[in-house]
Amino acid sequence: MATPTRTDRSDPAGPPPTAPQGRREPTALRSRLHRWGHLASPYLFVAPFFLVFAAFGLFPLLYTGWLSLHRVSLYNVDKADWVGLQNYSDLLFGPPSHYFWNALGNTVTLGVLSTVPQLLAALGLAHLLNYRLPARGFFRTALLAPYATSVAAATLVFALIFSPEGGMANWLLGLVGAGPVRWEAGPWSSQIAVSVIVIWRWTGYNALIYLAAMQAIPRELYEAAAIDGANRWQQFRNVTVPELRPTILFTVVVSSIGATQLFGEPYLFGGQSGHQGGADHQYETLGIFMYDQGFHSSMLGRASAIAWIMFGLLLLVGLANTLIARRLRSAT
Amino acid sequence: MSPHRRPRRTAALVSAAAVTALLATGCSSSGSGSDDPNAKITLSVGDFGTFGYKEAGLFDEYMKAHPNITITENTTTQEGDYWTALQTRLSGGGLDDIQALEVSRIALATSDQLSGAFTDMSKAAGVEKDAYLPWKWQQATTADGRTIGLGTDVGPMAICYRQDLFAAAGLPSDPAQVSALWAGDWAKYVETGRQFQAKAPKGTYFMDTATGLYNGVVSSSAEQYYRKGKLAYQDSAGVRSGWKLAAEAVQAGVTQGLKEFDTPWQTAFSNSTFATTVCPSWQQANIEKFSGPGNAGKWNIAQAPAAGNWGGSFLAVPASGKHVAQAQALAVWLTAPEQQAKVFQKVGNIPANQKAYALPGVTDFTNPYIGPKAPTGQIFSTAAKAITPAETGPHHGDLHGAFSNGVLLMEQNHKSADEAWAATLKQVASSVQ
Repeated sequence: MATPTRTDRSDPAGPPPTAPQGRREPTALRSRLHRWGHLASPYLFVAPFFLVFAAFGLFPLLYTGWLSLHRVSLYNVDKADWVGLQNYSDLLFGPPSHYFWNALGNTVTLGVLSTVPQLLAALGLAHLLNYRLPARGFFRTALLAPYATSVAAATLVFALIFSPEGGMANWLLGLVGAGPVRWEAGPWSSQIAVSVIVIWRWTGYNALIYLAAMQAIPRELYEAAAIDGANRWQQFRNVTVPELRPTILFTVVVSSIGATQLFGEPYLFGGQSGHQGGADHQYETLGIFMYDQGFHSSMLGRASAIAWIMFGLLLLVGLANTLIARRLRSAT
Repeated sequence: MSPHRRPRRTAALVSAAAVTALLATGCSSSGSGSDDPNAKITLSVGDFGTFGYKEAGLFDEYMKAHPNITITENTTTQEGDYWTALQTRLSGGGLDDIQALEVSRIALATSDQLSGAFTDMSKAAGVEKDAYLPWKWQQATTADGRTIGLGTDVGPMAICYRQDLFAAAGLPSDPAQVSALWAGDWAKYVETGRQFQAKAPKGTYFMDTATGLYNGVVSSSAEQYYRKGKLAYQDSAGVRSGWKLAAEAVQAGVTQGLKEFDTPWQTAFSNSTFATTVCPSWQQANIEKFSGPGNAGKWNIAQAPAAGNWGGSFLAVPASGKHVAQAQALAVWLTAPEQQAKVFQKVGNIPANQKAYALPGVTDFTNPYIGPKAPTGQIFSTAAKAITPAETGPHHGDLHGAFSNGVLLMEQNHKSADEAWAATLKQVASSVQ
């Protein structure tokens, strides 16, 4: 079967001169089939991914887009009234705009409050674990434990810790003489509490990524630095961090996407008013706002519009990250 | 061939169901599917919170009497989560054979938009319309006279109070005397709160939350969120007086500011940090559960200032079910007087079926955990009969949620009554279209 192709390739100008006229037809057909197969087979191999993507990625995306242009209620999806861009203008300027901008602001502040300490702590932890210490394997496994814990279990435990009724956080504050804090009620205290949950869950995960990257840094760089008289902190700043730059960028991208989609932690933390991110919407993220509008107020059209705005925001976040990455690369 | 004749249009559905049943069981030889009364079928019951059927052994009892029927229960703790899932399934499929509906959703469920999804229970075999409380029956009836749900329980309210804390604050602790403190007027309840707070043991509050008070006032008002089919929350007498009293209670510092049903609220029961809570009959189970054995005998039960209804549910049978007739039969049986009385004795849900009140063990019921000497059954059934039905509408649940949350803004987020009112109106404008 390989022969015709080889002949074909060796003589692209025409049919092989040795081929008898009578056998020309089937050979051409076979070679055409073969060439087609050659072209198509890679696509066939990747087809399952694209089919799955079309069914579970593209179709929902387009359907959501279509829904976002309608007034449609959750319990009667078949009955959708065309309203054009009404849902979008409502969100940006209309009655729910107050909650939209509030949720957007909260998403940003919660993102910063959780991502920055999380990545810094992960970097520090990874650096420590990169040293030779006893039971290193144990510590590395322990790092992943919070990540493996379900968000529901973790959040419920933290809700107890931040509880005004005998919660551990207030008990600790009491030890240093500070008054009890109503963690859930205040805009900042509640966002800090939610961030603590996020930080607790994701720090170990990021630390392991950093650790893997750190182990790929050649030992000679550290040895050379040590000979030059650099202490451990200087080694960390001048060898580790620059070498880790692509990895850090990767974790920043992943974490900021995660922060934009933050939902489970604040939702469960809020208990009875979790669906609107607290009694005063004080820690309502865009994800929760979408859920509240769609599944609590049954306004599927508006929830779809929020989904599309979030999609647009994620594209912007990705773009910003790319630009920053390019600038950083050209700076070095 | 079948004792239960079905309308023609469901014939296709039934045969589809039969095929599915064949595929699912893989052993059915009769081939007549779900119409065969002896065919082995499974009925699923979707409910939330504590319906008490399992606790009272009713499912087991029914399965014993009907060996071909297996009953499974899909239960969700929070009604809000349950309703969210139910809404999604109403358009997407996957409904249980019986679905419970909470009273705050019943106006929406009976609206033109949704009522078509449920079967008419008034036509179900063996159903006795007159047995149910008339207003309860009416609530589940659509404009064109179809009744889509049978009442399981009602939530007549009482005030549960800690007699030890009352005594410590120099207040009477006998149920009759305590009821007299605030008889007929919710404002007197707040006033009692002031008296309590003046001499209260350190770290204790008169009530758990002002939302309970707000809820009590609104639920016992004849005018709530609707007037003649239109939204009337801005100048409704019930909403206005409930809001005013809640604001007063917050101002007076007699509430602990806990969010009902949240973990801190649950913990506060065992920590004994508040003295009263507005308690519909079903709340007795929560009080016992959260206060724990250490507080046994410390709670007691008094009449509420005015009779109101908080909660209570219905059993509806979705029209899309595979075994509609069997599901209806089960729903009728579960809401019959004897069964409702058993549920009441087990978990404290006050029957929606009036005939149950006459059964021994209901009116003369006393709760061994809460005030063993208090006439609990009498307090609740008196309140149940005294409830004035109020007009409700499709958004009743949303509005009540938004205003209760507004009260929380005053007591947890320290907003003034005006700020909280404005925030609530904003919330309503955004979520009610």
